[in-house]
Amino acid sequence: MLTVNHYILLSAILFSIGTVGVLVRRNPLIMFMSIELMLNAANLSFVGFSRYLQSIDGQVFVFLILAVAAAEVAVGLAIIVALFRTRQTVNVDEANALKG
Amino acid sequence: MRRDTLITEGCVSLDPFLVTLIEALVKTIVVILALLTAFAYLTLVERYVVAKIQSRIGPNRVGAIAGIAILQPIADAIKMIFKEDFWPAQADKVIYTIAPGLAVGTALLAWAVMPLHPPMDIFGYHVEFHIADVNIAVLYLLAVGALGVYGIVLGGWGSNNKYSMLGALRSTAQMISYEVPLGLALVGVLMISGSLSLVEIVAKQSFIWNVVWQPLGFIIYFVAAVAEVNRLPFDLPEAETELVAGYQTEYSSLKFALFYMAEYINMLTVSAIAATMFLGGYQGPFGILPGVHWLILKIMFFIFLMMWMRGTLPRFRYDQLMRFGWQVLLPLALANIFITGVVILLVK
Amino acid sequence: MESIVFYLFAAIAVIAALGVVVLRNPVYSALCLAVVFVSLAALYVLLSAPFIATAQVMIYAGAILILFVFVIMLLSPGSDPLKEELKRQRPLAILFGGALVALLVLVLATTALPSPRGPYTPERIAEIGSVQAVGASLFTDFLLPFEITSLLLLVAIVGVIVLAKKGR
Repeated sequence: MLTVNHYILLSAILFSIGTVGVLVRRNPLIMFMSIELMLNAANLSFVGFSRYLQSIDGQVFVFLILAVAAAEVAVGLAIIVALFRTRQTVNVDEANALKG
Repeated sequence: MRRDTLITEGCVSLDPFLVTLIEALVKTIVVILALLTAFAYLTLVERYVVAKIQSRIGPNRVGAIAGIAILQPIADAIKMIFKEDFWPAQADKVIYTIAPGLAVGTALLAWAVMPLHPPMDIFGYHVEFHIADVNIAVLYLLAVGALGVYGIVLGGWGSNNKYSMLGALRSTAQMISYEVPLGLALVGVLMISGSLSLVEIVAKQSFIWNVVWQPLGFIIYFVAAVAEVNRLPFDLPEAETELVAGYQTEYSSLKFALFYMAEYINMLTVSAIAATMFLGGYQGPFGILPGVHWLILKIMFFIFLMMWMRGTLPRFRYDQLMRFGWQVLLPLALANIFITGVVILLVK
Repeated sequence: MESIVFYLFAAIAVIAALGVVVLRNPVYSALCLAVVFVSLAALYVLLSAPFIATAQVMIYAGAILILFVFVIMLLSPGSDPLKEELKRQRPLAILFGGALVALLVLVLATTALPSPRGPYTPERIAEIGSVQAVGASLFTDFLLPFEITSLLLLVAIVGVIVLAKKGR
C-alpha cells in the first residue's frame, strides 16, 4: 500500500544526492545538473502531496516550477558559456576573481 | 476506460489483466511489423517517384515485375548488413552505439496512440484498434517528438568528427526550432475538438474533417513537419554536398540502416499525425466506410507530397531556414490560434 | 501492482541520480539525468498527474537537457578535473548528504500530515481530465503567477540574447 511517505522519502534521497553533487563536483555544468536534480526532487514531493491531499494546487505549482526551471537553465548556461569564453577553463574553483 | 472482459466463447477464461497484456503485445507486434515493411517499400517508392520526376527509369532489375523491382529493398537490406561495421578512432563507443537505437525507438513510440480503425466486435470480443487510449495523446506525441532529437545529437557527438558534430548541431537546432510552430498549429485543432485524446479527435471528424476549419493550421503543421523530419527543402544538415552526410557520416552497415529507418518512420509518423488531426484519420470523406484503408491512403498522400517536394524544390540555406521557422511560421501559428479563438467565441 | 511499478522506477531514478553525480564524462551525466527525468515522469503518471508527466518529458528531457547537451558539446571539457579545494571534501560531502537524508526523514516521521482538502481525488481527475483540472485552476486561482511566469520567461529570453552576443 503506497502512502505519501514513500514518495517523500524518495524525494529526500534524490535531493540529498543532488546536494552532494553540487558540493563535490567542480565542473559548473555538472553542478548545474545536480541543481536540476534537486528541483525535480522538490517537484516529486509537490505532486505526491497533491495526490494525497486531493488538491490540484501541487500540480499547478509544479507546472510553474517547470517554466521557472527552463528560464533559469537558459540564463545559467548563457552565463557559463560567457564565462568559458573569457577564461578558457571549466573548473569552478578558477573562476574566483571578480574582474574580467 | 479499459473494460474487464473475459473470453468465454469456447475458450478458457483468463485473468483480465493477462488478456489486456496479450492484446497490447499482439497489437504492438503487428504495428511494428507493418511499419518495418512500410519502411522497406518506402525506400523503393522514393526511388521511383524521384526517378519519374527526373525523367529516369528507376530500379527495374531485381525481381522485376512489369518493370518494377519488387525485391530491391531486400537486396538493399542484405547489402547493408554485409558491409563492414567499423568504429571511428577514439569515438565514444557507448554513445556511438546507442544513438541509432534511440532514434528508431523514439520514432516508433508515437505509434502507440494512433487510432487505426473504428472499434469493432470480433467474435463477441470488443476490439479497439489502437495500442493505448491516453487522454493526453497529443501531448504524448509532442513529448516523443521532442525526444527524437537525442538520436541525432548523440550520433553526431559519438562520431568524434567535426563535420558530424556540426551537422548534428544544426539538425538539432532546426528540429527544436520547428517543434514550436508544430505544437502551436496543433493547438487550433485542440480548440475545435475540445479534447487531447486522438481517439476522440478522430471520432469527432466523422462528418467534416478538421482541415475545413483549420486550413492555415494544416499548412503550418505540414511545413513544420517536413522541417522536423529533415526532408528537402529543409535537409541542409544531411545534404550530401554540404557536410558530407552530416551526423550520419561515420555510420555504416546496420547502424546506418537504423538511422535511415528512423528517418522514414519519422516521415510516416508525421504523416499519420497530419492525417489523424486534420484529415480525419480512418474516417471517409462524409463518413463513408470508415476504416484503416482511408488512413493508409492519406498517409500515402502525404508521403507522396514529401517525395514530390524532394524531387522539385531547391534546399533552404541554414539561416533562411531558421529565419523562416522563427519569423514566419511562429507568428502565423500564433495568428491562427488567435483567429480560431475569436471565431469560436463569436460562434458560441 | 502499483508498488512494483513504484519500486522499479524509484530504483531506476536513484541509480541514475547517482550516475549523474558520480560519472566523470559530462555527456554520460546528461544521459543519466534524462533517465531520471523519464522515471520521474512515470512516477507522476502513477500519482494521477499525466499532464505533468508529459510536460516534464517535453520540457525537461526534451528541451532543457538538449540545451545542456549543446553546451557540453560546444565547450568539450573532456573529463572532470579531480582536485578539490578543501581537504577531505568528498567524504565530508557524502557525510553531509547522509545527514540531510536523516534530517528530512526525522522531520517527516515526527510531523502529522495535513488532512485531505479539496475535491480532486484520482477518480475525479480521471473523470474531468488532468489537463482540464490543472487548466481550470491555473486560469482562475493562479492567474497572477501564470502571468508573472510569462513575464519571467520574456526576461530570460532577453537576458540570454544579451549574454550570448559576441563583442560587447
